[in-house]
Amino acid sequence: MSICVSLLAAFGIGACAAPATRSAAAPGAADFAALSRVDAVWLERVSFGLDSGTVADFRRLGRERYLDEQLTPSSEALPAPIAAQIHTLQTPPLDAAQILQSLQQRRQAANAMAEGPDKEQARKALNDDGNRLAYQGVRLELLRAIYSPAQLREQMVWFWLNHFSVYQYKGDLRWLVADYEERAIRPHALGNFRELVLATLEHPAMLQYLDNSQNAAGHINENYARELMELHTLGVNGGYTQQDVQQLARVLTGVGINAGPVPHLKPEWEKLYVRRGAFEFNPARHDFTPKVLLGQNIRAQGFAEVDQAVTLIVRQKACARFVSSELATYFVGDAPPPRLVDAMAETFQKSGGDIAATLRTLFLSAEFATPRSGKFKDPMRYVLSAVRVAYDGRTISNTRPLLDWLNALGEAPFARQTPDGYPLTASNWESPGQMSRRFEIARAIGTGNVHLFDAEDGGAATPPGFPQLSNRLYFEAIEPFLAARTRAALAQASSPQEWNTFLLAAPEMNYE
Amino acid sequence: MSRITRREWLQLAGAAVASAGVAGRLYAAPPSGPRFLLVFLRGGYDAANALIPYSSSFYYEARPTIAIPRPDPAVTGGALALDPNWALAPALRDSVGALYQQRQAAFVPFAGTQDLTRSHFETQDSIELGQPIGGTRDYRSGFMARLHGSLVPAGSVAVPAISFTDALPLAFQGPGQIPNISMKSVGKPPFDDRQVRILTDMYAGHPLEPAVASGLELRRQVAQAMQALDEEMRASSRNALSIKGFELEAERMARLMRDDYRIGFVDIGGWDTHVNEGAAQGALAANLTGLGRGLGVFSQSLGAEWKNTVVVVLSEFGRTFRENGNRGTDHGHGSVYWVLGGALNGGRIAGEQQRLERADLFQDRDYPVLNDYRALLGGLFRSLWALTNAQCAQIFPQVAPVDLKLV
Repeated sequence: MSICVSLLAAFGIGACAAPATRSAAAPGAADFAALSRVDAVWLERVSFGLDSGTVADFRRLGRERYLDEQLTPSSEALPAPIAAQIHTLQTPPLDAAQILQSLQQRRQAANAMAEGPDKEQARKALNDDGNRLAYQGVRLELLRAIYSPAQLREQMVWFWLNHFSVYQYKGDLRWLVADYEERAIRPHALGNFRELVLATLEHPAMLQYLDNSQNAAGHINENYARELMELHTLGVNGGYTQQDVQQLARVLTGVGINAGPVPHLKPEWEKLYVRRGAFEFNPARHDFTPKVLLGQNIRAQGFAEVDQAVTLIVRQKACARFVSSELATYFVGDAPPPRLVDAMAETFQKSGGDIAATLRTLFLSAEFATPRSGKFKDPMRYVLSAVRVAYDGRTISNTRPLLDWLNALGEAPFARQTPDGYPLTASNWESPGQMSRRFEIARAIGTGNVHLFDAEDGGAATPPGFPQLSNRLYFEAIEPFLAARTRAALAQASSPQEWNTFLLAAPEMNYE
Repeated sequence: MSRITRREWLQLAGAAVASAGVAGRLYAAPPSGPRFLLVFLRGGYDAANALIPYSSSFYYEARPTIAIPRPDPAVTGGALALDPNWALAPALRDSVGALYQQRQAAFVPFAGTQDLTRSHFETQDSIELGQPIGGTRDYRSGFMARLHGSLVPAGSVAVPAISFTDALPLAFQGPGQIPNISMKSVGKPPFDDRQVRILTDMYAGHPLEPAVASGLELRRQVAQAMQALDEEMRASSRNALSIKGFELEAERMARLMRDDYRIGFVDIGGWDTHVNEGAAQGALAANLTGLGRGLGVFSQSLGAEWKNTVVVVLSEFGRTFRENGNRGTDHGHGSVYWVLGGALNGGRIAGEQQRLERADLFQDRDYPVLNDYRALLGGLFRSLWALTNAQCAQIFPQVAPVDLKLV
């Protein structure tokens, strides 16, 4: 509190809004108490960082009921202005099949034009359209991550987007990533792992990104087959061989994309043809010889082979272990306790890949009963948690600065070129270059002149202003746990903006 | 700003950092001495379409659409014959080809690791760690960090290392804190001296203290060096804007390695050519062109220090010898490493070699590995810095360095 008082005296402004807020809101006595440190850490891990709404929900429900609600979120329950933005972003509906159809028509039309300014114009319009759609995907992701009360689901959306990573700058992916997030990932984020794998397998974004849309009998491309086992399900030492990769590649022949008319097929193939949106299984491209995958015979039967193969793969013990280990690393930190991973893997396997059940084991484990702060925030969690605490519920109208910061820190959505997704371990994010970059972002957020509240894409600008970081939330959940050196740094701040910068740069804000 | 002045400044800056309780990594290096840059091509570049085994008839059978035509004296700008078996891709002809003809470049075919996962990530990790295959991995110990550590005499830092990357690569993970900064874009330093002091003090005694101190300091150092570079280029009427991409990065790297650093690392992505790889022209050729030009700029910008410099270009694995169904190539095994340097005993194909017909392929699919990368790099390091056996064993345990007589 002494820092707060000295700030007030030094700046003569309401940098310490907390006392006023308290009396104005006249909350109950319990609300005055700071969160316990273990509760604050636990809640930080479950969420993208604390804001007033999250803390209030937690206080109201307690740990276990809060977790129940987080694992089975009933509705989206977004603040109205954010719901309105999201509605706008989804209108017209994002649908990969329609998007690809229109893209192909427009591309053909543009290619057919004579060389000249009109053709240039048409191509540029197409390109702009791709950028706009990809950015729409980013906005949907970031707005929900910041504002959704279903914080754990949003964390899982990000986790899976990264686990089943796709890169927007390959092929037509800029047109597809928003739909990938909305239809392949989010509906299954807390659901069943097998269904999640199949949803990504059938999505044109994944099929194009890992080249399976080109994988056909006599033209084998093993890229997706390998990553499906190595990165998505079993892990690199998950007990499969090069032989298995080649066999799975043959199982996956004919699994591809078609946004156009159904092809003309031989009668015996017609009943084996599968089409869902732009996803297609085309028997004419499938390798109908028998296969052996992970020691099991796979009879030639068309797309049912894919179903059989995926079921076989996700039932492997290695899959339960790999997915559990990735989840534990994401939520607990580097080198999670083997006992915890074992418990999660057991739940995963017994429940047939139930993601929510596996997370319940994690968050109610002994390791999580009294968590100690010490997990370094990756850039996504750093930026989102800083914005959540700094602007606490205030409606952001322009997400461009958020994307710029994530780009600067190297963890923007849909921007990982390689299919391994962004690394989960701290050593990949805490190098000298990354720390100085991060402090720059701390300053950008802390000084407030960042256009978060301007209209999107260069519309009306709001007057600059800096966030009131020394707010009630700060006194409830941050200030009690600050180290002496952090307090000493804050005491040397020469302006509220600089005070904000130092706080956001402090170790306490970089770990959860 | 002249070189001398900057060096003096750096010494002051280094002393300031050292007095703040951080290892003095940013001390200026001695004016001369060996330099080493590792260029990691992430994604597994298709070595067989960079260094073409043109005496192999099977190469032309196995790559019906993406093979690069045999060198032909009648064709200008085609593949450059290096010896009776190997030719250089047209995309590298004017850059690395020119260095080769001055004996400043050499190639080591059939180079690589014993890792057989054919996973990008697993194999990159395994190369960067440089630990014996099959043992327990220590993810906090990369071979470049061990090289750096083995060269640090007690109590001083004479061989400063830097990673020209946004994140610190596994190769540089280790007990010392290696500074890192990408040369893709370099801006002015974000904080003034007072703010740097407050931020650094806030992390005193914290595990991230070295990273915080080094990161803030490096921004100042690089900003100064780049300002000097800009001024020189303006003064010599060279247009700084005329180069971009990896060439621009290479020019900046050369400046920092000329004056301040002795060991460097950079990585370049985009080599995973499963689809439409191209042949003499196309996706791979475009990547090779940019890489080759950047290496050319790097060699020129080092000036007199190029003769003290060795560059190794490597990738996690080679690709399938046969093209796949999509005019591309899939993950393979053996690769071709490049070694460049101003005083190199180059202009030759080095290391163990063999024929390349169908029966010679590893698992009927890939280049075999005849030249283990740890033995190869260990041999280079030993010659470059006159290392003892103990130092070599520290960098690459359980492997005998092989001297290819390149340096």
